[in-house]
Amino acid sequence: MFDLASIYEAKSVSAAIRALEDDPSAVVIAGGTDVLIKVREGRLAGRRLISIHGLAELEGIALTPAGDVEIGPLATFRQVAESPVIEKTVPVLGEAVDQAGGPQLRAQGTIGGNVCNGITSADSASTLLALDARLRVRGPRGEREIPMAEWYRGAGKVNLAPYELLVKIVIPRENYEGYFGHYIKYAARNAMDIATLGVSCMVKLSGDRTAVEDVSLAFGVAGPVPLRVYGAEAAVRGLPVAEAADQIGPAALEEVSPRTSWRATKEFRIQLVRELSGRALREAARKGGAVL
Amino acid sequence: MIQVWNAVVNGQPVELGIDPRESLADVLRERLGLTSVKKGCEVGECGACTVLVDGTAVDSCIYLALWARGKQILTVEGLQEPDGALSPIQKAFVEEAAVQCGFCTPGIILSAVEIVGSGRTYTRDELRKLISGHLCRCTGYQNILNAVERAVHEAHKFVGGEETQE
Ligand SMILES: Cc1cc2nc3c(=O)[nH]c(=O)nc-3n(C[C@H](O)[C@H](O)[C@H](O)COP(=O)(O)OP(=O)(O)OC[C@H]3O[C@@H](n4cnc5c(N)ncnc54)[C@H](O)[C@@H]3O)c2cc1C
Ligand code: FES
Ligand code: FES
Repeated sequence: MFDLASIYEAKSVSAAIRALEDDPSAVVIAGGTDVLIKVREGRLAGRRLISIHGLAELEGIALTPAGDVEIGPLATFRQVAESPVIEKTVPVLGEAVDQAGGPQLRAQGTIGGNVCNGITSADSASTLLALDARLRVRGPRGEREIPMAEWYRGAGKVNLAPYELLVKIVIPRENYEGYFGHYIKYAARNAMDIATLGVSCMVKLSGDRTAVEDVSLAFGVAGPVPLRVYGAEAAVRGLPVAEAADQIGPAALEEVSPRTSWRATKEFRIQLVRELSGRALREAARKGGAVL
Repeated sequence: MIQVWNAVVNGQPVELGIDPRESLADVLRERLGLTSVKKGCEVGECGACTVLVDGTAVDSCIYLALWARGKQILTVEGLQEPDGALSPIQKAFVEEAAVQCGFCTPGIILSAVEIVGSGRTYTRDELRKLISGHLCRCTGYQNILNAVERAVHEAHKFVGGEETQE
C-alpha cells in the first residue's frame, strides 16, 4: 500500500481544479510513473493525490481543421508513438517517446506528466521544444497558452500556476509543416534508462534540398532544464547541409551548461553535444531528402 | 476508508472492498491470492509485477488498483486450461528452458500473451524491444527470446498465417 493521506478521483477537469483550490498541497497524478515512485521514495509520502487518470476530456490525439496537432496530456507514450496523426505530422515525436523506459512504462506514463515534471531528461521535452509546441493550461480563471520556450522555470519547476492543469499540447501547423526531425537519446542501455544526453533537431531544407533554410536544435540534460540553442541555429541557417552539420555542434557549446552526475561527467556531456548535434541535423536532413 | 471495487479478473467478475491507496499488485496478491504477480522492485523497473489490463501489459506495482475498476485483468493464473494444462505460451517457456528461478517468468509470459495476441510476426530485434521492460537475473535472456519467438511462430502457424499460404 502506498503511504498517502488519501486519493481523490476527479470526474472532470473542473472538479480537479476545485479540489486543487481546496487543498493546494495536493498532488496531481496522471499516469503515476513519477508520482508513485516519489511516494515510495518518501519524497511525496503522506500527501493527498488528485487523480486525473482516465478523464476522457484530457485524452486523444487529433488534427484540427487548421492543421494543428492537438495532444491530450493523458496520451501515453505508447499512444503517441502509435498515433497515425503523429506519424503523419511529427514522426520525430513518436520516435522520441518510443525510447522512454520499456513497453509497460510507455503504456502508463503520459506525455503531459513528462512535460509537467520539469525534468531535463524527459524524452518528449527536447522535441516539443524544438517544435516550439504550445501548452494550454486551465485554472479557476480560465485558459492560457504558454510556448514551450517559456515553460521551464528551473530544475523541476514549470510555468504552471497553483490550481492550473495542463489540458492540451498544441503543435501549430507552421511549426512542423515542411520540417523533418530527428531525436537522439544517448543512454547506457537501450531500454529502461534515462538519457545521459538527448538532442532533437528540426530542419527545413531549401527547395533544391542542399541547404538548411531553417533549423531548430534542443537538448535534454545539457542544463538544469531542456534548452534551445538559438545562437547555434542562427549561425548555420542558410549553410549547405554538410557545413551546417559540421558547425552546429561546436556552436552549440556556447549555450549549454551540462553538469557532472553519477551517469556522466560534464566533459563527456560536452563531447556528446559537440558530436550528436551534427548527427541529428544530418539525419533530419536525410529524412527530408538531402543527399549526403 | 474501504471502497467497493469490481473488475473482471481472469474471466471472473470480482467485487470486494479495497483501500484506495493499494496498488493493483497489492489487491491481486493480498486480497485475491494471485501470487503469480511478483513484487520485485515496486518502482516500475523490473516488470515482475506485469499484468494485462484490458489486454495491455502494465507494471501493477505502480498502477493504482482503483484505476482498474471495471476493467479486464489477466494474471498467469488465468492462462490455465480448464483441465489444468499449461497454455501454449507457457509450454513454449518450458520447451525452451526459459525458466530458472522463475521470478521474472509470470510477468514475461503476460507480455508474451500481449505480443502473441497481436497476431503479427516480429523480428528478433523487435521482440527484444518488446520484452525490454523485464529484468531477469538468471537466464541471460536468450532462452526467453527463443520461447517468445517460438510462441509467436506457433500461434501464427495455428491461426493459418503460414499454413494457408502454403
Ligand atoms: C522505470 C521508469 C523508467 C522511466 N524512464 C523514462 C525515460 O526513459 N524517459 C522519460 O522521459 N521518462 C522516464 N520515466 C519517467 C516518467 O515515466 C515520465 O516522466 C512520464 O512521462 C510521467 O508521466 P505520468 O503521467 O506517469 O506522470 P505522473 O507521475 O502522473 O505526474 C508527473 C508530474 O506531472 C504532474 N502532472 C501530470 N499531468 C499533469 C497535468 N495534466 N497537469 C498538471 N500537472 C500534471 C504531476 O503532478 C507530477 O508532478 C521513467 C519512469 C520510470 C518509473
Ligand atoms: S515490481 Fe513492478 S516493476 Fe518491479
Ligand atoms: S528466471 Fe530468475 S529472474 Fe528470470
